[in-house]
Amino acid sequence: MSASTRKPRLAVWKFASCDGCQLSLLDCETELLAIAGAVDIAYFPEAMRGEIRGRYDLSLVEGSITTAHDATRIQDIRQRSDRLVTIGACATAGGIQALRNFADVREYAAIVYARPDYIKTLATSTAIADHVPVDFELRGCPINKRQLVEVISAFLVGRRPAISPQSVCMECKLKGNVCVMVAHGTPCLGPVTHAGCNAICPSYDRGCYGCYGPMETPNAPSLSKWLAALGMDDVALERVYRTFNADAPSFRKESERHGR
Amino acid sequence: MGAKTINVGYLARVEGEAALKVVVRDGVVRSAELNIFEPPRFFEALLRGRDFTEMPDITARICGICPVAYQMSAVQAMESMLGVTVDGPLRELRRLLYCGEWIGSHSLHIYMLHAPDFLGYASAIDMAEDHGDAVRRGLELKRAGNEIMSLLGGREIHPVNVRVGGFYRTPRKRDLEGLGEKLKWARDAALKTLEWVAEFDFPDAARDYVFVALKDPDRYPLAEGRIASSQGLDITPSQYHEHFEEYHLERTTALRSRIRDGGAYLLGPLARYNLNFERLSPLAQEKAREVGLGPACTNPYRSIMVRAVEVLYACDEALRIIEAYEEPDQPAVPVEPRAGIGFGATEAPRGLLYHRYRLDAGGTIAEAQIVPPTSQNQACIEEDLTQFIGGSLDLPEDALRHRCEQTVRNYDPCISCATHFLRLELDQG
Repeated sequence: MSASTRKPRLAVWKFASCDGCQLSLLDCETELLAIAGAVDIAYFPEAMRGEIRGRYDLSLVEGSITTAHDATRIQDIRQRSDRLVTIGACATAGGIQALRNFADVREYAAIVYARPDYIKTLATSTAIADHVPVDFELRGCPINKRQLVEVISAFLVGRRPAISPQSVCMECKLKGNVCVMVAHGTPCLGPVTHAGCNAICPSYDRGCYGCYGPMETPNAPSLSKWLAALGMDDVALERVYRTFNADAPSFRKESERHGR
Repeated sequence: MGAKTINVGYLARVEGEAALKVVVRDGVVRSAELNIFEPPRFFEALLRGRDFTEMPDITARICGICPVAYQMSAVQAMESMLGVTVDGPLRELRRLLYCGEWIGSHSLHIYMLHAPDFLGYASAIDMAEDHGDAVRRGLELKRAGNEIMSLLGGREIHPVNVRVGGFYRTPRKRDLEGLGEKLKWARDAALKTLEWVAEFDFPDAARDYVFVALKDPDRYPLAEGRIASSQGLDITPSQYHEHFEEYHLERTTALRSRIRDGGAYLLGPLARYNLNFERLSPLAQEKAREVGLGPACTNPYRSIMVRAVEVLYACDEALRIIEAYEEPDQPAVPVEPRAGIGFGATEAPRGLLYHRYRLDAGGTIAEAQIVPPTSQNQACIEEDLTQFIGGSLDLPEDALRHRCEQTVRNYDPCISCATHFLRLELDQG
C-alpha cells in the first residue's frame, strides 16, 4: 500500500495511571468501531494483543513519568510519533501520584511496602511535557470522551482541536446552573478550573474540585480569598489545590502559599 | 523433551502492566510467576494527612475501571467508624450505582478482553469483522452500565456524586424511570450474552479452590456483607487482619495476600457465585442452570459464563431497585468526624476490596490500608498456571503463550489496582 492511501496509525501508551483515560476510548461505545475503521490501531495493549512496530501518526499518552525506565521509554515513543497528545491529568500534570513531589518518596515507599528496597522509583511524578515536546494536552481526571473523539478527529484531518481553555464557570453558566458558591455558599474551584467536564459537580449540587486542572489564566489568589471567607482555613486551602493536578504550576504555587 | 521458558513480555488486554514467567523442566511446569511492573503510586502514603471526606474522590483514582468499588469501600469504612447508618433509598441507590459498574466492567471484560481468547482473535476490534453483531451488543450492554453510572454519579469514570453519608444529589423518580427501558433491553442482551459465551470451547480444568467472598444474608453480595469462605470462615470486615496477611516479593511491585496459616485463595465472580448461588435472582438462577452451570463451578475458564450470569443479575437487580425507588428526603446523612478506626469491604467486579483507615479527632487520615482484589488473586493465578499449563506444553509456542494469557485473563486482573501487574517468559531450560 502506498504511503498516501494507508490509514493513519494510532498508538495508545500507558505510564503511571489508573487506566481510566484510555478506557475512555473503549467507552466511546457508539464511535469505537468507526474510529477503528478510520485508523490502524497499531498499539493498544489494554484492548489488543500484538503490536505494529515502526512509526505512528498519532500517539495518545496516558500517565506520568515516575521511573527511570519510563523516562527513557517516552523519548523512544516521541521519536517514533509524528503527533503526540497527552490524555488526562497524570500525563498533563503528574496526577494524584505527584503528591510525592511535596514529600519524601523514601518515606512513601516505607509506608506502603514491607521491603521498600525492592521498589525502584523516581523522587517525582512529572508530566510528559517535562520530558518531550507535546503537540496537545487534553485535560481531565478523567478526560471527557467527547473531547477525545474531537482530538482524534482533528489530528486525522490536520487541524487544531476545538477545545475551550475557558473556566468551568463558562460551562456552568451555559448550562443554566444556579451558582453553588453564590447561592449556597459552597466552596467551588470552577472559576480557576479548565473547562471540559461540562460542569458536572455544580450540576450535582457540589463545588468543582478542580480535576481538569488550571484554566489558561487562572486568578487563584483571588478565588482563595472568597474560599477563606466561606470558612476554609489554610490547611483546607492547601488541600483543595493539591489533588489530581497538584503539580500544575498555578495550583502548585497557590497551595504553597497556604501550606508548606 | 527438554526444558522450556514461556515469556509473555507484556500481557495485553488487561488493565495495567504485568509480565509472566513459566519455568518448565522435563515436561513439568515447575513454577509460574506473575510479575507486576506497574509503577507504584503510593496511595496509602499520599492519603495520610487528607480529610476523611476526600476518600471517595481520591481512592477512586486507584482504578479507572472500578472507581465505584473504591468509593463504596471507602464510604463504608468511614460510616462504620463514625457511627452513621445509610439506609433506605440511599442504600438502594448505592447498590444501583454498583450494579452499573458491574454491568460496565463485566461487559468490557467478556466482550473486549476475554471472548477474543476463546474465538481466536487479537482484539474485539478484529473480532468485530466476523462477529459484528456480538461486539455491537457487547458495546451497547457496556453502555447501559455506563448510563447508570452517568445518571447517578455524574460520569462513568470517577463519578463525582458519592460522599460519606450518602450522595450530593439524589435522582428524581422520573430520572430513573428513563433508565428502565434501556435496562430491560440490557437484561435481554445479558441473557443473549450468557447463551453466546456458553457455546465457547472450555478447557477441561478444575481445582479445589478456597473461595472468599462477601455474604449478605438476603441478597447477592455487592456493597456490604460479612466475609465468608468455602472453608467456613464467617467474619466481619474488622476481623480481616486476623485471618489474612499481605507480603512482598522482590520480583513484583504489587503486594500479595494469603490466608494466615494457609495459602492462596480465589476472589471474584467464581467465589461469589459458589458461595451465593441461592441469593441470585430467580431469573439468574434459572438461566444459569439452563446453560449448564449448577450451583457450583470450579473451572476457572468458565468464569466468563459466571460473569455473564452476574451481568444478568445486575440488570435484574437494577430494574428491581428502579421500580421500588422512592425519593429520599435528604441526599445524605450528616457526619461528624471523630478519632477511630474504620473498615470497609465490598465486592469490586474482580472481587473483595478491603479498606482500613485510622482517623484523628479532626477527621484527618492518620493511616490507610487498601487491599485490592488482583493482589489477593496473584498467588491463585500462579497456581492455576502451574497446574493447567502442563497439559498444553506440546502446543506450538504461540498457542501455548496464548493459553497462558487466557488463563491469567480468567481473573480479569486489574493491574493498576494491584500495584501495590503481564510479560510472559517460558523457561524450558
